[in-house]
Amino acid sequence: MNATVALILMLAVGTYALRLVGPALHGRVELPARVQELLSAGAVVLLVALLATGALTEGGGFAGWARPAGVLAGGVLAMGVPPLGRGRKWGKGAPFAVVVLGAATVTGVLRAMGVA
Amino acid sequence: MGVSFGAIAVAGGLPVWVPVVMSVVVYAGSAQFSAVGVLLAGGGPLAAAATGLLLNTRNAAFGLAVADLLGPGRATRLLGAHLVTDETVAFALAQPDPARRRAAFWISGIGLFAAWNIGVSAGAFAGSALGDTADYGLDAAFPAVLVALVLPALRENARLRGPAALGVVLALAATPFAPAGVPVLLAPAGLGLYGYGRKGAAG
Repeated sequence: MNATVALILMLAVGTYALRLVGPALHGRVELPARVQELLSAGAVVLLVALLATGALTEGGGFAGWARPAGVLAGGVLAMGVPPLGRGRKWGKGAPFAVVVLGAATVTGVLRAMGVA
Repeated sequence: MGVSFGAIAVAGGLPVWVPVVMSVVVYAGSAQFSAVGVLLAGGGPLAAAATGLLLNTRNAAFGLAVADLLGPGRATRLLGAHLVTDETVAFALAQPDPARRRAAFWISGIGLFAAWNIGVSAGAFAGSALGDTADYGLDAAFPAVLVALVLPALRENARLRGPAALGVVLALAATPFAPAGVPVLLAPAGLGLYGYGRKGAAG
């Protein structure tokens, strides 16, 4: 068996097994509501950490300024600008595609200007 | 991102079928990138698979978090498990009630699976003609997706903010020392700050 096929097989089987842990246990083991709540909270905490490391780091070091600047721009778009004269209530936020394109555009433009 | 994976793999000297087949059966972006990276650097299949699996251990936690959305049937559970990714979990948990969480999981899961694989094929066939996708700022797209998805949960549930902030600090502090994929696994330790059991649902 060649090395590439071996890699694909190991990675595919292992990844699927990891994904199946939760669904396979579900229904057999009754999780208390508190544990369920903690699992949901844990997933959010993990996603936030993933976005922070993804935005700021590359290969164990700092990713440069262009990427986090783009991500920050996306975050501002996603927050939505507070509507004028309507008190402190935040807007709904820009549509998903605008957030993503806005982030990529800011990063791309900064790089074109020579910011790493 | 799918396009860049296909392009990078082929530009590195792998046959076109490798990124295409891998994306269907593994279906985990960051793990695929790093596994192919290790393979192209001459690391051997075992090291490459281990690196990818380390990155994917978070899917076990995600699978537990969304298990109740995958339906009671065995077939939907087996199929749904393959669609568990950072994005589908984030999409699902951004919804306010179980019915909408389930719909968001399946719609985003099937849509992203199609988009990812079409993108990889396009990238693999186009090869390196696209140039460096970092020039277009595409590396900012994935974190931005996650920002948009976790914001509603963080805004609605103030009790998540402390644990999330601590999780970020732990993950960033570990990044220079720990192998790829491990730093984010430290983040759930931030839950120590989570005062659960009071009013309001998490996520």
